[in-house]
Amino acid sequence: MNNLIKGTKFEWETIIGLEIHAQVKSNSKLFSSSSTKFGSKPNSQVSLVDAAMPGMLPVINEFCVKQAIKTGIGLKAKINQYSVFDRKNYFYADLPQGYQISQYKYPIVGEGVVTIDFNNGESKDIRIVRLHLEQDAGKSLHDQNPVKTYVDLNRSGVALMEIVSEPDLRSAEEAALYITKLRSILMYLDVCDGNMQEGSLRADVNISVRKPGENYGTRCEIKNLNSIKFIKQAIEFEAKRQIGILEKGGEIEQNTLLFDSLISKTRPMRNKEEAHDYRYFPDPDLLPLKIEDSLIQSLVKEIPELPDERKKRYINDFHLSNYDSSVLTSEKQTSDYFDKVLESDNDLKGSAKLVANWITSELFAILNKHDLDIHQSPISPEHLGILIKLIISDKISGKIAKEVFEEMFQSKESPEKIVKEKDLIQVTDTKEIEIIIEKILNDNQDKVREYKEGKIKLLGFFVGQAMKESMGKANPKKLNQILLNKLR
Amino acid sequence: MKIDKNTTLKIAKLCRLRIEERETEELSSQLSSILDWVEQLNEVNTDNVEPLSNVSTAELPLRKDIENSEDKSKDILINAPEKLENYFVVPKVVE
Amino acid sequence: MEFSSITETLKTIRSKKISVEELSNIFIKRIKDSKNLNAFIYFNEEDIIEQSRKIDKLSNNLSLKGIPLAIKDLFCTKNMPTTAGSKILSNFHPTYESFVTQKLIDQGSVFVGKANCDEFAMGSSTTTSFFGNTINPVSPKGKQLVPGGSSGGSAAAVAAKLCLGATGTDTGGSIRQPASFCGVVGIKPTYGLCSRWGIVAFASSLDQAGIFANSIEDASILMKEVAGYDSNDSTSAKIRIPDYYKNLNQDVAGKIIGVPKEYTLPGISDEINNVWEEAIKLFEKGGAKIKKISLPRTKYALPAYYIIAPAEASSNLARYDGVKYGFRSNENNSLDEMYELTRSEGFGKEVKRRILIGTYVLSAGYYDAYYLKAQKVRKLIADDFTLAFKDCDFIMTPTTPSQAFQIGEKEEDPIKMYLNDIFTVPASLAGIPGISIPFGKSKEKLPLGIQLLSKHFDEQTILNAGLYLEKNNE
Ligand SMILES: [Mg+2]
Ligand SMILES: [Zn+2]
Repeated sequence: MNNLIKGTKFEWETIIGLEIHAQVKSNSKLFSSSSTKFGSKPNSQVSLVDAAMPGMLPVINEFCVKQAIKTGIGLKAKINQYSVFDRKNYFYADLPQGYQISQYKYPIVGEGVVTIDFNNGESKDIRIVRLHLEQDAGKSLHDQNPVKTYVDLNRSGVALMEIVSEPDLRSAEEAALYITKLRSILMYLDVCDGNMQEGSLRADVNISVRKPGENYGTRCEIKNLNSIKFIKQAIEFEAKRQIGILEKGGEIEQNTLLFDSLISKTRPMRNKEEAHDYRYFPDPDLLPLKIEDSLIQSLVKEIPELPDERKKRYINDFHLSNYDSSVLTSEKQTSDYFDKVLESDNDLKGSAKLVANWITSELFAILNKHDLDIHQSPISPEHLGILIKLIISDKISGKIAKEVFEEMFQSKESPEKIVKEKDLIQVTDTKEIEIIIEKILNDNQDKVREYKEGKIKLLGFFVGQAMKESMGKANPKKLNQILLNKLR
Repeated sequence: MKIDKNTTLKIAKLCRLRIEERETEELSSQLSSILDWVEQLNEVNTDNVEPLSNVSTAELPLRKDIENSEDKSKDILINAPEKLENYFVVPKVVE
Repeated sequence: MEFSSITETLKTIRSKKISVEELSNIFIKRIKDSKNLNAFIYFNEEDIIEQSRKIDKLSNNLSLKGIPLAIKDLFCTKNMPTTAGSKILSNFHPTYESFVTQKLIDQGSVFVGKANCDEFAMGSSTTTSFFGNTINPVSPKGKQLVPGGSSGGSAAAVAAKLCLGATGTDTGGSIRQPASFCGVVGIKPTYGLCSRWGIVAFASSLDQAGIFANSIEDASILMKEVAGYDSNDSTSAKIRIPDYYKNLNQDVAGKIIGVPKEYTLPGISDEINNVWEEAIKLFEKGGAKIKKISLPRTKYALPAYYIIAPAEASSNLARYDGVKYGFRSNENNSLDEMYELTRSEGFGKEVKRRILIGTYVLSAGYYDAYYLKAQKVRKLIADDFTLAFKDCDFIMTPTTPSQAFQIGEKEEDPIKMYLNDIFTVPASLAGIPGISIPFGKSKEKLPLGIQLLSKHFDEQTILNAGLYLEKNNE
């Protein structure tokens, strides 16, 4: 795939590495028992530890450790049985301790891999450097008062997994595919709620450009992006900005940038810490974390079927296309829904493609229109299964099925009930269809003549009229057959 | 290690201490002599020695993931030099 | 009634010969009569009376019922402000009680006040406190001697009988050295024996709470109450706490006592070595065997300590930034300016010096040469002790290289001041327990101390040996 960007003089390649901060789906914080609930009153979910009161000490949350290990397994990564918590020292208003407890030299998870899938069926492995556990900072509000900043420590101490990729990504699209896939894996594993709007998943983007084949250029880091759209926009803008500078003979200044989503531009952070010198050292309040083999083995057993495996299963067992399988498995909820439909009736297994189509076109469309998630769908997987069964057993036509589907969405009723009440069962009886057709041909004798004289386009007209007469219930195949016979 | 005035000022900035011009000289020379003195550690052969961060031989204790959602904001804010509507307040930060 | 020991006072209270309130009034008077010592940062008569009345109603079985204690102002206390001897915490009122002081409260003790200390426990003289110097009660007429430090207020209060015991913290000698200077018993337990929860941190891998008392017996009683596992301190030890007092046994016959040759330093006064020699003879008289041992890396303990402790301190003290609690400078146009002015005005000279050193040794390019090197040396020093304890039951050394010195004497030269801890720091780095017991006198009739060191969690051995030394000291 050619990802090169044309400048005015040269073609450029974008080199991107992502640092993803994923909030661990835990009830309490990484080193304190405060709640992690989103949207609470300012400073109401803050313990003495989170506020860095004198003499307070951290005690690690076992659940967060396990989630990090599970994620490591999901990323096919090495779990480090010895890891160390370090202090990363810097001053900031929402960093109450004056340091962040993180992992530096010895992270809990080592090298792994995430496979991204392109629409054309190709895929690419993006290497993971490491995953480590760390504390989140609090929140600063800068726009409430012209001369003051307000600080809320509710997030302070919330557990994050920082997942760092190698600079293996080459375009905004690849970056988007990567974060989509990683998010999907985290949600399959149930270790992160994946909610980017609430900040449960944020990305720092490291980006540089180079002429193909040359060494990496100087990179800039765009901080704290919380939507895939912004990540793409930021990368596109920043790559062009860097190319512009280089083509004019300038140099890229290594910088930390912020992305302004209102104008879709990046800009340097104004309060650059002159010297980034974090003075990492092992936190003397915490001992090294040692992980037993048996714990890893027991967590391996908890790992569910992940998107790549599911995709393979759909392709191999149901003969779905690569594309359909990707679409279905990208969100666990969708994939679970699909599986439930198929499980609801054995006869559906042979019609997986039809089920997939109904989900990815009709269901997606109607949910989208009503701004609903698939887990909120008024149409249950079981009901959709029944509907599709009615189609494949010729009880209703595809067209009728769409009507029934709309009705199911509104009333949450079972398709059988709707079909029965509205008398929508397909007419397949030959006699009944013959009567209808004879009536239509009788009423339109002039058109019949024209048809017989060679104006065969009129066939569609007869089909339409007959269908209308049957109130749409006539079996289209039969209707066609009989009509052709009569007109011969 | 000779610490010059610039280094002293750089270090001071890093740990957010403001050093008056008149203190810089004296501090630099004190820091230099302390560092000179600790450098006698270089006499010790530490090849293949594991650094000791904590003498405790205990296992890192792990806490159960039990949340306490009780609102402690009163205790948290009670000593704050400046606060408003449940927020800590600091001079404006420009990002 | 003299009311100078815990054992005797407990008997008097339990027999109802005196109420806790009456007892407290005696100590309130003593404290008021000794205001010149400046042993306390916080002292509140009414609060003491209020505590006493409550305690009077409690069970007689409480192991410290009515016992007046001084609390080093490094322990966070709910009912008394906590300053760590610093301007930056001068208006800080904790909403929580430290683990150790809570245990003491639970046993019915009366807190007579918050004892003065060096700012953030950084010092060996209690002259770096924002709240003024504490005077050593043994000072001869016309002289003002330091009580040692950093727990100088606690040691002075116990020595002057303003209380019957006190808490302290010891990072490099801050209990043992002032105990020696003031002529009281001071114990730094094994690292991890007492919870650090609620104690203002100086250097987390070294800080350990401990106690002062006027005798080994009293110290043993207090030790049992301050020790114990705390799930809120990840470095707290999960061990069964022995009944140190019940187990006291002064028989030293057959014990092997290690006497390290490296603790004989050039330039150290003869009187220190003479007293050490006397102690050796006394133990031999009791049937103990003296074994010359070697702790070859002793010389490097002090420089390693003065890298590790400031490094940890520079990070531990980053939280004092004027945002959440404590002092905040008035003038500030930006966040950074507020940080800098708050910290520059809020911290004293020695604290700033150590923050600077600590920041330097952790900074990019210097970490390996200083911090990592010091941690490796620390490992070797710990190994020295492990090896030595294969050959002896405990180790005996002087506690300090000199008697108490005059206030102001070593102020201008930080390194000279640091040398005070030369005999106490090695044990701190190794995390082993140490006791200082008053033994002998200098030519000027000032108290001196003998330090006893034992294996991790073997406090009982040195308490027993200390008892022998105390009982046979003439
Ligand atoms: Mg980053
Ligand atoms: Zn991070």
